[in-house]
Amino acid sequence: MTDDRMLFKDIDAPDLASIEGYRRRGGYDAVRRALFELEPDELLSSLEASGLRGRGGAGFSMGKKGSFLPRGDMEKYLCCNADESEPGAFKDRELMQKNPHQLIEGCVIASLAVGATYAFVFIRGEYWEIADILDRAVAEAYEANFLGSNVLDSGARVELIVHRGAGAYICGEETALLDALEGKRGNPRLKPPFPAIQGLYGGPTLINNVETLSNVPHIVENGADWFKGFGTEQSPGTKVVSVSGCVQRPGNYEIELGIPSREIIFGLAGGPPDGHRVKAWFPGGSSAPVLTEADLDLPYTFEDLATAGSMLGSGSIIVADDTVSIPELALRTARFYHHESCGKCTPCREGTNWTVKMLDRVVRGEATPMDLDIIASVQDNIIGHCLCVLGDSMAMPVGSMVAKFRDEFEAAIEAAREPGAGELDHSHIDRPLTTGARAA
Amino acid sequence: MRSTDDLTAEERRRLIASMRPGDAEGVPELHEVDVPQELRAEIETAMSRYPQLRSAAIPVLWAVQRQYGWCSPEGIRQAAAVMGVTPAYLEAVATFYDLFATSPIGDHRVLVCHNLSCWMRGADDLLEAFCEATGADLHDADHHGASSADGEFFVKGFECLGACDIAPMASIDQRYYGPLEGADAIAAIEALRNGEEPLPDKAITLRPAAGEPRLVRRASEDR
Repeated sequence: MTDDRMLFKDIDAPDLASIEGYRRRGGYDAVRRALFELEPDELLSSLEASGLRGRGGAGFSMGKKGSFLPRGDMEKYLCCNADESEPGAFKDRELMQKNPHQLIEGCVIASLAVGATYAFVFIRGEYWEIADILDRAVAEAYEANFLGSNVLDSGARVELIVHRGAGAYICGEETALLDALEGKRGNPRLKPPFPAIQGLYGGPTLINNVETLSNVPHIVENGADWFKGFGTEQSPGTKVVSVSGCVQRPGNYEIELGIPSREIIFGLAGGPPDGHRVKAWFPGGSSAPVLTEADLDLPYTFEDLATAGSMLGSGSIIVADDTVSIPELALRTARFYHHESCGKCTPCREGTNWTVKMLDRVVRGEATPMDLDIIASVQDNIIGHCLCVLGDSMAMPVGSMVAKFRDEFEAAIEAAREPGAGELDHSHIDRPLTTGARAA
Repeated sequence: MRSTDDLTAEERRRLIASMRPGDAEGVPELHEVDVPQELRAEIETAMSRYPQLRSAAIPVLWAVQRQYGWCSPEGIRQAAAVMGVTPAYLEAVATFYDLFATSPIGDHRVLVCHNLSCWMRGADDLLEAFCEATGADLHDADHHGASSADGEFFVKGFECLGACDIAPMASIDQRYYGPLEGADAIAAIEALRNGEEPLPDKAITLRPAAGEPRLVRRASEDR
C-alpha cells in the first residue's frame, strides 16, 4: 500500500522533521520553482485557481486573500496562524511536530507571492515543545539558505520568526494575533481596514493557518488542476480532520473533502464505544452549531455543512454520545468562551457571563423554563454585534443545543423540581462538574 | 542564521537604541535596576529579532518568568528598563495571558485540560487525582490554579490544550502527556519529586498518527 496522503505523507517517518529527510522526499523543490520559474503574480493566480480555502475556520480563498495585498515597494508581512486553540482542533500541532519544513516551505512561497520580507509563525505558548521543533527546523532552513537575506542567491529576502504566544484563545482571531505580535494585549481590532491593507505594524499583511500554508508547496509543485482533482468543486483538496470526544480511535485523519461525515466518525475513528449512539456532534470545532445523528450522512465539505446550518470551521469533529448530558455540554462550551472573552465588546463580555450563569442554574436545577428563552435571546443578541466572532462562537453552538435538545434542558429543569429532589445538594457548586460520561 | 543573531552585544544595543521611542517618561533607567547579565542578553536578543522592539514583549516576559519563576514586579521593572517601556506596559501584557504568573506559583506546572473532549473522557477525575497527589486545593485548581503547600507544584484546570487525541491529558512543565488515568497522576508527581521525567511513555511526541497511511477518497459514483 502506497501512502497517497498529501499533507500527512510519511508523517511518522523519523527523518521527516529534518531538512535532509524532507528534501529527500522532494521538499523545497517548490521554493526553487517559485523563485526561478514563476512570477509572484503567477504564484498568486495559481493559488487562487487551485481553489484552496483557508483551513483555520473561515474557509476564505487563500489566493484571493493574497491578491488583496497592494502591489509595490513597501514592508509587507506574512503571519502564519499557529495559535490553534479551538476546542477539538489539534491538526496543526501534529503537522508542525512531524513535518515542520512543509510549513516553512509554504511560508517562504507565500512570502514570495505577496512580497513579504518578514514571516512570523505565531504559535500558542502551550505548544512549547512543538515550537522548539519549529525553531530547530527554521535554523536548518536558514543554514540551507531557504531563509535569510538572499534566499538561494536570488536576491529575495525572507526572514522567518517563530513567535510563541502565552495562552489566549482570542489570539487566534487574526487582528488580535497582530496586536499580540506587536507586543500588546491580544484585543481584536475594528475591521475594516482588513489586515491585507493595514495589518502588522500598519503594513499589508497576509494571515494564513498552518494547514493552509502546508498545502502551498504541493500546489506550486503539482499545479492547480492537480489539486482540484481532490475534493469537490467548492471544497477542493484534502483536509486533516481532528476527531475526538466519544470515539474509539481519536486522532487526525487526512481525508479527501466530500466523503460522508459518517465515514470519518465511524469508519476512521471507530464511532462511540459499543452499545452507544452519537447524540450530538460538532462538525467544525466547538464554535460550530451541533448536528445530530440524523446529519451523519452529510458530505464533509464547506458547502454541505453550511447548508445544514453548521460549518466545517477548522475541521475538528467532537462527538458526544448518549452518555453525555447536553445541558452540561452547553455549560462547558459556554464556560470556555466566557473565560476566553477579552472583554472589549459588551455583548460578548456580558453575554458569555450571563449564559454561563443561566446554564449553571439549569444544571443545578434552579432554572425555570423561561430561562431557556432568555438564553436563546441572549445568543441572538450577541451574534453580529462584536468586533470579532468570539461571542458568536459561543452563541451558535449554545443556541443550537437549546434549539435541538430543548426537551433535555426542560427535563433537567423538571427533574430538579420534582418532589423528593427538594433538598438540593449544593456541595458540587464549588467543585468541578461531575458528568454522566464514562471515564476514559 | 538570522541576520541579527551574529551581532555583538554592543551592536545589538546600538540597534535597539535606534528603535527606542522618544517618550521615555516613567521608564526605569538601567542604572536603577539590577538586571542579571544573562537576562539582559536574552531580552536584547529577543528585541533585535523583530522589526519593532515592542514585539518582544511576550518573549521578554517568558524570559522574566524563566529567570524568577514568575513575572515578579522586580523582574518586570528590569525588563522594562532594558526594553525602554514602562513597567505598567509590561504588566498589562502579562496579566492578559494565562501562561504568565503574576503571583508566585509552584515550581512544576501541571495544566490539566478540562475542555469538552477531555471532560467527556474523565478530565475532572484526572484533575482531582493531580490535586490529591500534590495536595493542591481542587476548587482553586479548577478556577485560577493552585500551588501545593511545599511550593513544588502548581495545578490548574486549563482550557483546551489542543491535544484532544490523547484525552484526558495534561501539560507537565510544558510537555504534553496522555491519555492519563488517576494512577498516572500519582506516578508523574512521584517522578517529578525524584527529579525524573514524568511518564516518558505517555509523551505526545511518541504517538504515531491515527489510522492507516492512506488518503480516504470519495466513492467514484460521487465524483
